[in-house]
Amino acid sequence: MAERVDVRKTYKLYIGGKFPRSESGRSYEVYAAPTRAGASPKFLANASQGSRKDARDAVTAARGAQAGWAGATAYNRGQVLYRVAEVMEGRRAQFVEEVRASEGVSPSKADSLVSQAIDRWVWYAGWSDKLPQVLGGLNPVAGPFFNISAPEPSGVVAVLAPQESSLLGLVSVIAPAIVTGNSVVVVSSKERPLPAITLSECLATSDVPGGVVNIVTGDAVEIAPWLASHRDVNGIDLTGAAGLQGEAWGEWERAAADTLKRVIRPGGAGAAAIEPDWSVEPGLQRMSTFLETKTVWHPKGR
Amino acid sequence: MSTTDTAVDATARARDLLGVSRLTNQALTSWLHGLRGVDQVGCEARAAGLGTRSIKNDSKRWAIDLAISMIDLTTLEGADTHGRVRGLAAKALSPDPSDLTTPRPAAVCVYGDMVATAKEVLGDSGVKVAAVATAFPSGRASMPVKLLDTKDAVTAGADEIDMVIDRGAFLSGDYLTVFHQIAQTKAACGDARLKVIMETGELVTYDNVRRASWLSMLAGGDFIKTSTGKIQPAATLPVTLIMLEAVRDWRELTGEMVGVKPAGGIKTSKDAIKFLVAVNEVAGEDWLDNQWFRFGASSLLNDLLLQRQKMKDGVYSSATYIADDSPSTAY
Amino acid sequence: MPTFEYAPAPESRAVVDVDSTYGLFINGDWVDGRGTAFKTVNPATEEVLADIHEASPDDVDLAVKAARTAYTRVWSRMSGADRGKYLFRIARILQERAREFAVLETLDNGKPIKETRDVDIPLAAAHFFYHAGWADKLSYAGYGPDPRPHGVVGQIIPWNFPLLMLAWKVAPALATGNTVVLKPAETTPLTALLFAQVCQQAELPPGVVNIVTGAGDTGQAIVDHPGIDKIAFTGSTGVGKMIARSIAGTRKKATLELGGKGANIVFDDAPIDQTVEGIVRGIFFNQGHVCCAGSRLLVQETVADEVVRRLQRRLSTLRVGDPLDKNTDVGAINSRAQLDRITSLVDAGEAEGAERWDNGCALPQKGFWFRPTLFSGVTQTHRIAQEEIFGPVLSVLTFRTPQEAVAKANNTPYGLSAGIWTDKGSRILWMADQLKAGVVWANTFNQFDPTSPFGGYKESGYGREGGRHGLEAYLKGSI
Repeated sequence: MAERVDVRKTYKLYIGGKFPRSESGRSYEVYAAPTRAGASPKFLANASQGSRKDARDAVTAARGAQAGWAGATAYNRGQVLYRVAEVMEGRRAQFVEEVRASEGVSPSKADSLVSQAIDRWVWYAGWSDKLPQVLGGLNPVAGPFFNISAPEPSGVVAVLAPQESSLLGLVSVIAPAIVTGNSVVVVSSKERPLPAITLSECLATSDVPGGVVNIVTGDAVEIAPWLASHRDVNGIDLTGAAGLQGEAWGEWERAAADTLKRVIRPGGAGAAAIEPDWSVEPGLQRMSTFLETKTVWHPKGR
Repeated sequence: MSTTDTAVDATARARDLLGVSRLTNQALTSWLHGLRGVDQVGCEARAAGLGTRSIKNDSKRWAIDLAISMIDLTTLEGADTHGRVRGLAAKALSPDPSDLTTPRPAAVCVYGDMVATAKEVLGDSGVKVAAVATAFPSGRASMPVKLLDTKDAVTAGADEIDMVIDRGAFLSGDYLTVFHQIAQTKAACGDARLKVIMETGELVTYDNVRRASWLSMLAGGDFIKTSTGKIQPAATLPVTLIMLEAVRDWRELTGEMVGVKPAGGIKTSKDAIKFLVAVNEVAGEDWLDNQWFRFGASSLLNDLLLQRQKMKDGVYSSATYIADDSPSTAY
Repeated sequence: MPTFEYAPAPESRAVVDVDSTYGLFINGDWVDGRGTAFKTVNPATEEVLADIHEASPDDVDLAVKAARTAYTRVWSRMSGADRGKYLFRIARILQERAREFAVLETLDNGKPIKETRDVDIPLAAAHFFYHAGWADKLSYAGYGPDPRPHGVVGQIIPWNFPLLMLAWKVAPALATGNTVVLKPAETTPLTALLFAQVCQQAELPPGVVNIVTGAGDTGQAIVDHPGIDKIAFTGSTGVGKMIARSIAGTRKKATLELGGKGANIVFDDAPIDQTVEGIVRGIFFNQGHVCCAGSRLLVQETVADEVVRRLQRRLSTLRVGDPLDKNTDVGAINSRAQLDRITSLVDAGEAEGAERWDNGCALPQKGFWFRPTLFSGVTQTHRIAQEEIFGPVLSVLTFRTPQEAVAKANNTPYGLSAGIWTDKGSRILWMADQLKAGVVWANTFNQFDPTSPFGGYKESGYGREGGRHGLEAYLKGSI
């Protein structure tokens, strides 16, 4: 019997819950990471090469979705994030294969990375209705007032996803931003975008409202300046600057300063940017950076 | 004009102000509960702020004399005797025999059976006689008794009647009863001015004080008064502030002025001046006159006299320099 | 008809000794600045109070080095309990010398003595007292088992609450184990310099607190100094952005408390008398020199005329004049420059067609003054509804529904404060959820407390000051 000709997937952007091609009409070739020196790179797919206008459209979609997402109950957001983990589990084999190909790791290592990525969703899902209790609370002011502080999402957050860790790193920057009610515009890893697209398919088929997560594949060096300077973006995560050819995270942070965006700087010391170790438990900083503490006062009287 | 006519007039006016064809308890309830609420914390903060005004020198001299002229010099004890009342009235005529420029208090305030005695001493001096009536202080008597109590005092020569409202009726939401009782008492007063004691210490909330103030004004009270002096808390600055706001807003609505009388617990010149500051800054200077503002007090006068002597002579004075028919044993 | 005139009741100046010249406080000692000295004046009289040395970049370098040495050798090694005791000492000395600080603050700033006496100074002491208790309890603060300080913190504070802003900055920095280089505003340096004496009286180890005086250049030298680990700034959004740009691409941390255009929203069921007081407190407290001022009054149309009428009546009782007089409600504008800015924005408001009203009070001949002013008929597109005036000027706008009130309130790049006035509890909570503001005062306004975190959304800055939240900015990210 003749070998079956398989049906290949078209990898597109994910904006506002839909899967458009780049408005620029551009695509770029994605290759598997070389597993041994001298091997010729294996072609994987043509990914859409997102443009600044795609990023602009993604910001519009993210802004449109943000209030509704933030207004959902914390219980609901927690369940939605958990649902992402469930859907990923069902497509585990595909993720393992894409991570293996993208990162050039062994099948067992890829399997472990996928497990960690799924577990990370579960970890963050549980935070949705606990973080306000951990970060907020009653303040004992010296007067006849009820005074309470609680965290609220900053709004729309631009995220430069890590270049190396195509799935675990990606999940580790998206989940903390959205669990609290932000919406995100993510620029995927430039060389390893395929797990990001597959993740967006999971998001589309779980219960994450369209526009809460938007993923633009392509080159962060091209897109990041536009997101950093975009006045309708409230925060920016520069983690993905590490390992980018021609990156300029200081410049991007400077552009972000014009609207006083909340910024997560890339890992490392001084000007050098280093991608963090994603295997450790994340802590709260990736959530708390894109949160605003609101304090409400009211008199207590008869 | 007959007693009934006056009461009927009050009802007619109330209907007019409320815009209703018949004055029912429901109509009164909607009106009173439609008044803007009072935030306790904000109200007390405002009162405290007024209390930090620093009144010095000429202003203080002026304020002390004004405060003296606003006192309803009061004795309301079961142990009151004609002798004590005569002594109090004599004190009102001559508060400080060492300084004849000292102003006289506005009135002497006594129980109904002492009115004639007080009147006998005060005569046409200009110092008024005020009588508490309507089964003061509890108000727990039938309406005929209350009206008779009122008429008895008026007949004996009282220029002013200090009545108590039925707090039970007020707190149970029976505003119409309170309205009628005030209106009928006002009618029984004839030419005497009626002060309506709300007993704010029993009304408890500032919202209630505001509603009781408006109800009293609607029913025809000439003055709204905080307390009998028998219940704590009595005349606090925040409660007086609410009442000053009420008379201010009442004038804006009707063009009529109503007086305010805090009574009970105002003992020092410093306290009295805080109240005058509140009058000045909240109701306005039109109320800085004993026609429109009174202090119901017994020991306040002597402290004002001490301060007055200090301002005049430049040295701190002593109770032994304050002539009094019933000197405090505290000295 | 009698008139109740309040005789002058000035607080005595005798309680303060103002030196003719002040140097810089570095490493526990007074040193000469190498910049160009400047003068600080009493804005109520234009009297020169003192000559103030300017810290040059070299002086800033000296201060940073002193702070670094104190951090490495003393302060980072000291137990939290002992650090706390120094802060308790400072709190007590501030209470003991409260009157002196109040008078000096009033002289240098122009704000009424009743505010410095009842608000600024007691709150400053309370901030030290509150943070003193944190110093040995940081492991319970929710920032990890052993949270560490950044090291040397550069702090730049504004002129509107000079000592209070110093307390907001210095107390948490010291409690968490950082050392400090602080620059007070050039128009109000005196209480910070008196605070240096407090540090000496408390025998705070030299170099833990360093105070350098100067204007923008001195501030820039602090921001740019490589030895500074963190910047804490309170001031204008414009300068805040410059600082954010300056430290971009470095590992310096920053907290920024910036401008605002707070909406104070009044519904028709509001407790009206307290609302009027709250509006007054919201915009005329401290001459409106308050970043979180309720400078945009949003009134439900059904009560707009009544609220304005009551407000005008109330404003007519405000006493404007000698800040040292205990009965003064509104004092002097802090500087000629600020007065010019207020004047030009008010002129713009008139030119744009808003209706201007002021309380018509007499103003002193000398000094910088501005009458309590109210604009009605303002719309969102007027400059006086968009730009921070930072003066005693209220813009009145109207709305019809809660949704419209929220939309207008949030229609600004700022997000520092908001007020809600209504008797309806569920509406308060709904509104509080919708408003993009770091502090929401419901049925009250301009309340502050050391336990209550303060700070903005959007371009009003980032980070919080006060409360457990305020500690985060002074500890290394470990949560």
